[in-house]
Amino acid sequence: MNRIDKTFKKLKDAGKKAFITYIMAGDPDLESTMERVLMLEECGADIIELGVPFSDPTADGPAIQRAAERALSAGVTLRKIIGFARELRKRSTVPLVFMTYYNPVLKYGEEAFVADAADAGVDGLIIPDLPAEEAGSLIRLCRAKGICTIFLVAPTSTDDRMKKIASASRGFIYYVSMTGITGADLSLDSQFSAHIGRLREMSDRPVAIGFGISTPADAAKMAASADGVIVGSAIVRKFHEDPAGARDFIQKLREAI
Amino acid sequence: MPALLELEAAYEAAKKDKAFQAELDLLLKTYVGRPTPLYYAKRLTEHLGGAKVYLKREDLAHTGAHKINNALAQALLAKKMGKTRVIAETGAGQHGVATATGAALVGLSCEIYMGTIDTRRQALNVFRMKLLGAKVNEVSIGSQTLKDAINEAMRDWTASVRTTHYVLGTVFGPHPFPAIVRDFQSVIGKEARKQILKAEGRLPDYLVACVGGGSNAMGLFDEFLPDDIKMIGVEAGGSGIESGKHAARFATGSLGVLQGCRTYLLQDEDGNVLETHSVSAGLDYASVGPQHSFLRDAGRIEYTYAVDDEALAAFELLSRTEGIIPALESAHALAETVKLAPRLTKDKIIVVNLSGRGDKDVQQVARLKGIEIA
Repeated sequence: MNRIDKTFKKLKDAGKKAFITYIMAGDPDLESTMERVLMLEECGADIIELGVPFSDPTADGPAIQRAAERALSAGVTLRKIIGFARELRKRSTVPLVFMTYYNPVLKYGEEAFVADAADAGVDGLIIPDLPAEEAGSLIRLCRAKGICTIFLVAPTSTDDRMKKIASASRGFIYYVSMTGITGADLSLDSQFSAHIGRLREMSDRPVAIGFGISTPADAAKMAASADGVIVGSAIVRKFHEDPAGARDFIQKLREAI
Repeated sequence: MPALLELEAAYEAAKKDKAFQAELDLLLKTYVGRPTPLYYAKRLTEHLGGAKVYLKREDLAHTGAHKINNALAQALLAKKMGKTRVIAETGAGQHGVATATGAALVGLSCEIYMGTIDTRRQALNVFRMKLLGAKVNEVSIGSQTLKDAINEAMRDWTASVRTTHYVLGTVFGPHPFPAIVRDFQSVIGKEARKQILKAEGRLPDYLVACVGGGSNAMGLFDEFLPDDIKMIGVEAGGSGIESGKHAARFATGSLGVLQGCRTYLLQDEDGNVLETHSVSAGLDYASVGPQHSFLRDAGRIEYTYAVDDEALAAFELLSRTEGIIPALESAHALAETVKLAPRLTKDKIIVVNLSGRGDKDVQQVARLKGIEIA
């Protein structure tokens, strides 16, 4: 069983929700990323999402755009991040998900990428600019190597698309809290509860909510509607602006979920 | 994705909607000033001493470029979809001006995204957009040019999709945009076919157009794809291919996925998009419409490039021989024509898409020549 599935099962049995944290790999360098991932795990993160920097991150707001710029100027590449995952695996068994745009994967070669990522101990993959409809070959490769493909459901997704996304997803389904980009202020749609409720009726897979969750209060509110909560921009911002306060901030998020 | 599916459905419905088509046709005629003339450039032809050169005068369309054909039609479509707001990216500012114009005409609020570098070299168009009631948002991240303006417009649209239509300005982005923009621009080629048949009694031998995203080229070429006509797309060679400062995607690019489509892309070995350079803001872009990539790989269209200096020389040549100041984008197509026409016999015919007028570029050209104008 994949580490992500195991984690959700364990949490469910204990009546708990998953705390999923995102940081940009290589911001400001990979050594700090290693320390931070281990710290996140220590503070109770159940799953780590590692951002792969890309020159044109269209789904991301300013906090992650700037983090990607810093990582790129430090020379961090997808290949180096796979090497990083391999190193991490010597020290940690925390479930690890790559969040990347599609072009770096295409350039690397889908087959080589999935083989190398699986070999390095990567458990899941999120590609926000690759819709499930276009992901056939990548899904097949990931299934064969046991990597979870995680797709995004938006508040504007129709029931028909939600079904497709649910059936293409493994590990968990990524529910985008609002129409918008990462790091915006959380503002829920009036249909939020009904919409996510329909998704949960359609699929038994765990659902984690992300985008715009920046405070322990946001996290607590979202945890009530899902199996997991994803915090990205707020953590990226905290590490960049106030690294000394990061541990305390992350612990407060953990407690809230 | 849901927004794209909604747009595709609305567009398919509009295509069949006679009232929509009639409204668009009437506006193209009475507001845009179509058909634009197909002009025989006699003095330019004599100067080059070879094939006859015809210019498709998109520079004479309202707002000064072909961009209005698409922007106005998409503004109508947005209204029909019940949207209250439109957004757009712009490089040279022509598409921004065209979208602001369409929004003003149809009665929609309008915001334009433009890279900071482009707002400087196209300051006149920034002010035009503001006069037309649009809000202009400078994009200061990344390369601060067209690519980043598209990223920012996409981010806006993701958040605002319920009320807002994204008027993409070229044959780029996710489906159905390349098809919609091609269709709305195909009026250029449809008119040109009738006009050249009337003037010469036959179809031309060559079509030449500049290619940034590629909408003016696709608008001219699409109508003639089944015919035995050579077509040449001209990219921005910038300071030269060997300098690395250019936007010639077909010269050194490779297939990639950017901004929702799979196409040729200037990228590094890790799949990050490279910075580009061109004297022309409208061609200064790392990627190209996917239809162009397809037609290039199928061997149907040939692509070449003109460097900055060649485009600037063609800019002055057309001004002096014909009394027409072309846009720097269109000057790239003219630069290729300057090379091509003398190699052909006098019985051959070239149609060049003069996609826009050069008023917006006058200040920049003066600056490049070291001349200060107030």
